[in-house]
Amino acid sequence: MQQILSFFIKNKNFLLFALLFFVAFILTLQSHSYHNSKLVSSTNFFSGGIYSIKSNITGYIDLKKQNELLVEENSRLRILYAGAAFSETPKSLDSTSSKNFQYTGARVINNVYARTNNHITIDKGSNDSLNIDMGVITSKGLVGIINKVSANYARVQSILNSNSQINAQLKKSKHFGFLTWNAKDPNIVQLTEIPKLAPVVVGDTIITGGNSSIFPKGILIGSVVDFIIGDNDSYTIDVLLFNDMTNLSHVYVIENPNKKEIVQLEALEDAE
Amino acid sequence: MQNNQIIINVFRFIGLLLLQVIVLNHINFSGYVNPYLYLIFILLFPFDGSKTLLIFLSFLLGLSIDFFSDSGGVHAAASVFIGFIRPTLLKFSFGVSYEYNTLKLNKVTFTERLLYITLMVMLHHIVLFSLEIFSTSNILLILKSTLFSGVFSVLLILCALLLFNKKEK
Repeated sequence: MQQILSFFIKNKNFLLFALLFFVAFILTLQSHSYHNSKLVSSTNFFSGGIYSIKSNITGYIDLKKQNELLVEENSRLRILYAGAAFSETPKSLDSTSSKNFQYTGARVINNVYARTNNHITIDKGSNDSLNIDMGVITSKGLVGIINKVSANYARVQSILNSNSQINAQLKKSKHFGFLTWNAKDPNIVQLTEIPKLAPVVVGDTIITGGNSSIFPKGILIGSVVDFIIGDNDSYTIDVLLFNDMTNLSHVYVIENPNKKEIVQLEALEDAE
Repeated sequence: MQNNQIIINVFRFIGLLLLQVIVLNHINFSGYVNPYLYLIFILLFPFDGSKTLLIFLSFLLGLSIDFFSDSGGVHAAASVFIGFIRPTLLKFSFGVSYEYNTLKLNKVTFTERLLYITLMVMLHHIVLFSLEIFSTSNILLILKSTLFSGVFSVLLILCALLLFNKKEK
């Protein structure tokens, strides 16, 4: 017994180190899988609070640019609105149209894009009825998906995250694939699993596909800059994002009220 | 440790933590290079202080950085690693003078100080980026990040030490 005790006392530094390193390692492993990265996050009261103080102060610096963005979006919406008011064609009764989606505005208080698994923190949370698995966009294009919420903050898994897999398609030909990121350039993401038959041209627009219940169909993502034929006879396409992911300030969170129904229905299908 | 030292270290802990998460984590020089100045806390922790306490505080500091940057436990792991290995590196860098507890970082030669800081920073960064990127196919990216961020951190740490040690001379 005494020998065991003296062993522990003699090696207490190493044992403490091994224990703490093990804890850190487990936390790291968890952060590398999508749904489990919940223990350590910046959505807690303390770090969320500090980030929003910081963003209150630094928010003034690029107000001018953000105003220009808003004006740009306003004018685009105005054109759309005018077009809709004067159009003769009756509104379609298609239930998959994006009118079911609801939008909530939020402000980015922390934005990381230099690592392989990047997250963004925004200043709204479950008190503003945000929830996990809601999509996040800006007026220019796609940003990511919420993967953790606290009362007043939410964490967004950005498309610049090697765990991200978002359904996307070519605007012209409707061939769809998955949007991933190879961690090299914060302006370029990869669209994979596009079949070899698809006619891909540099400059083509990439939009979200309607196959997920998170994003409505047709949200802009980026344009094709390069493509190669990878394994399994499918294209891997480099997509230049329309969004400047390094400079985000105001975002919209998309809520799909029918999501629960869709998920339930799909789960039913699997069970049979 | 005396009271004075405890207060200095508490302030250093909080100050470096805030500086790191609010300013330095957002530099992103040429896309992905960030300096990690918070290592100064571990580098300067009193040389005669408790080793167990150092290991624990290193872990706490790293974990706090992780909370702010949503990175799981990568900073905690890297920090606790260099917190544990520090006595060995001190012995390696400064030899005899460490054993007699007479060591002062601003009194040793520049080469010895540089050796100590570089070893600590590089070991920290290699653990940090290996865990963060976590794939063997990106081993080149790990080495590249370690080298660039490492050089940046070492330079910044040396500058900071020069800046704050002037008074004591």
